[in-house]
Amino acid sequence: MEKFHRLTAIACPLPLEGIDTDQLAPARFLKRRRSEGYGPVLLHDLRATPGFPLTAPAYAGARILIARRNFGGGSSREAAVYALMDFGIRCVVAPSFGDIFASNAVGNGLLPAIATAPDVETLLAKLLATPGELTIDLPACRIEAGPQTWPFTIDPVWREKLLQGFDDIDLTRSRQPEIDAFVRTYESRYPWA
Amino acid sequence: MLSSFEKIWLRHEILRRPDGQSLLFIDRHFLHEGSFNAFAQLAERGAAVAHPNRCTAVADHYAPTRATLPEPAIADMLDRLTQNTTRHAIPLAGWQHPDQGIVHVIGPERGLTLPGLTIVCGDSHTSTHGALGAIGFGIGASEVAHVLTTQTLWQKPPRLMRITVAGRLGPGITAKDLALCIITQLGADGARGHALEYAGPAVRALSMEGRLTLCNLSIECGARCGLVAPDETTFAYLRGRPHAPPDFDRACADWATLPTDPGARFDREETIDAATIAPTITWGTSPEDALPITATIPDPAHIPNPARAAHASEALAYMGLTPGQPLTSVRIDRVFIGSCTNSRIEDLRLAAAVLAGRTARVPGLVSPGSARVKQQAEQEGLARIFTDAGLAWGLPGCSMCVGMNGDQVAPGQRCASTTNRNFRGRQGPGARTHLMSPAMAAAAAITGHLTDVRPLLTGRT
Ligand code: SF4
Repeated sequence: MEKFHRLTAIACPLPLEGIDTDQLAPARFLKRRRSEGYGPVLLHDLRATPGFPLTAPAYAGARILIARRNFGGGSSREAAVYALMDFGIRCVVAPSFGDIFASNAVGNGLLPAIATAPDVETLLAKLLATPGELTIDLPACRIEAGPQTWPFTIDPVWREKLLQGFDDIDLTRSRQPEIDAFVRTYESRYPWA
Repeated sequence: MLSSFEKIWLRHEILRRPDGQSLLFIDRHFLHEGSFNAFAQLAERGAAVAHPNRCTAVADHYAPTRATLPEPAIADMLDRLTQNTTRHAIPLAGWQHPDQGIVHVIGPERGLTLPGLTIVCGDSHTSTHGALGAIGFGIGASEVAHVLTTQTLWQKPPRLMRITVAGRLGPGITAKDLALCIITQLGADGARGHALEYAGPAVRALSMEGRLTLCNLSIECGARCGLVAPDETTFAYLRGRPHAPPDFDRACADWATLPTDPGARFDREETIDAATIAPTITWGTSPEDALPITATIPDPAHIPNPARAAHASEALAYMGLTPGQPLTSVRIDRVFIGSCTNSRIEDLRLAAAVLAGRTARVPGLVSPGSARVKQQAEQEGLARIFTDAGLAWGLPGCSMCVGMNGDQVAPGQRCASTTNRNFRGRQGPGARTHLMSPAMAAAAAITGHLTDVRPLLTGRT
């Protein structure tokens, strides 16, 4: 997994609530294999909306998204994260995220940064008026635009995971003796489980 | 003094790291066609499946529910599942297998879902399994790969929320109406970071089917899992199921220790009065956009929060609705009765009670939740009631809930649906979905518009 430290990039404003994972990666594209790339799938149907920022030249090359509450709610499809990553997005800033989406994001090195709703409105207004870059500083949990800064939050364990880029399966395997001992006791105590 | 959730969690905690992450043992892992991404991750690592006997795979998302022969792209998805499960010796109920059905229907039905277990699946509606007093939650593909290789998962203990439902649901009011009210009260992200426990007399009075519907919809208010502590209803439901414990009474004695202790601490408590709930229906593009059938379409101009008002305007434009319009004036193009929310035998009985001897004005599809439900509904004469009314009787699977198998709602068409998500394009690009109970969907089929089912049920249940 790629590490996340500090990122300066064009930020694309998406002034919408509840951009669910069905929007991020519509169901009919989920037959794709990971190797085929999910970039073209990202927000496929919403992209057809006239003036949709994601495809506007002003935000070309965006690696950061700013959106309203409940980003990534709904289906557990990890393809929603693949679509964002393959499109080039490395960080989404929103007031709230779907829990499964956020977990999938962190597992793939995509930062779900929680900012307050008023700060998100400020960022949306700023970027809609003047397209430009933001800096996301993960060690400081800070969003920067020149001298202006806004704080964001993320679960400390997830922050560490993104900073270190560690692999869960390797980590778990290092605890195999404890797992084996647990399973022996557990299976004798709850034979039906 | 522990909550039911904490008791189950502690049983499965292999270790807890100083940073608060627990390594949990996972009892049951359900897989479906969408799991191919996780199997690909295993192949990349050359990893094996740790406990194939703790896995159960089923074809549901892509299973044809009308066609008798899958088209090539669908057949390829079914084949991938067969190949991956064969390679790793995982039991599979493939398309047209007698045990096949929607994963969240067959787990409880076969007695694979039991009280006190941890259950995961690469599907957000795994919350359903909490109805039997288990911790069930949806996971992504990387987590599926983690569970396949280790039979464990790293999790942080969620905050706990108890929703107490006082009183009793009125006649014709179902668990679906209750769940939609809860989602509207909390908001679509209101319970994120929480595990829910549903309690109170109205929850205790629900059948197992009703509890499954209620827990199914936990994810729609943002909770990864929802649970009803096991009781006599749970034990009676499980007794005699194919995978129920052979020493059933011993297991029951253990399960009886699982309910929440008096005085257990919850991070948040919510209450709702069942008696105030009317048949509830969604008007927008989020499950939180729900209202009683007696209401009118909201006017975004009267919503003070600008972000909320913008959402409502966009939702109404997508749904083709006008502010101030009575919900009952909304004409529909088709109905769908099915999905892991409402495709169990009790759901079909209720829809049939409304439809018996009546004719549907619009086309529709009824898709039973499993092959067993299908068989039972045919034996009870329910399938005949549906076809006599003019609705199609399909095969079991996810079908028009998500449209992956090709059964979709056409662009611009309006569907009265018993499913769980009214997201834009969920039932097909441009599809307009109104969520409701099976009784309400049946009523809409008869009248051709959104309808209060209560008068249509008089003398019938
Ligand atoms: S029926 Fe619908 S919600 Fe349920 S598992 Fe299938 S696609 Fe998901």
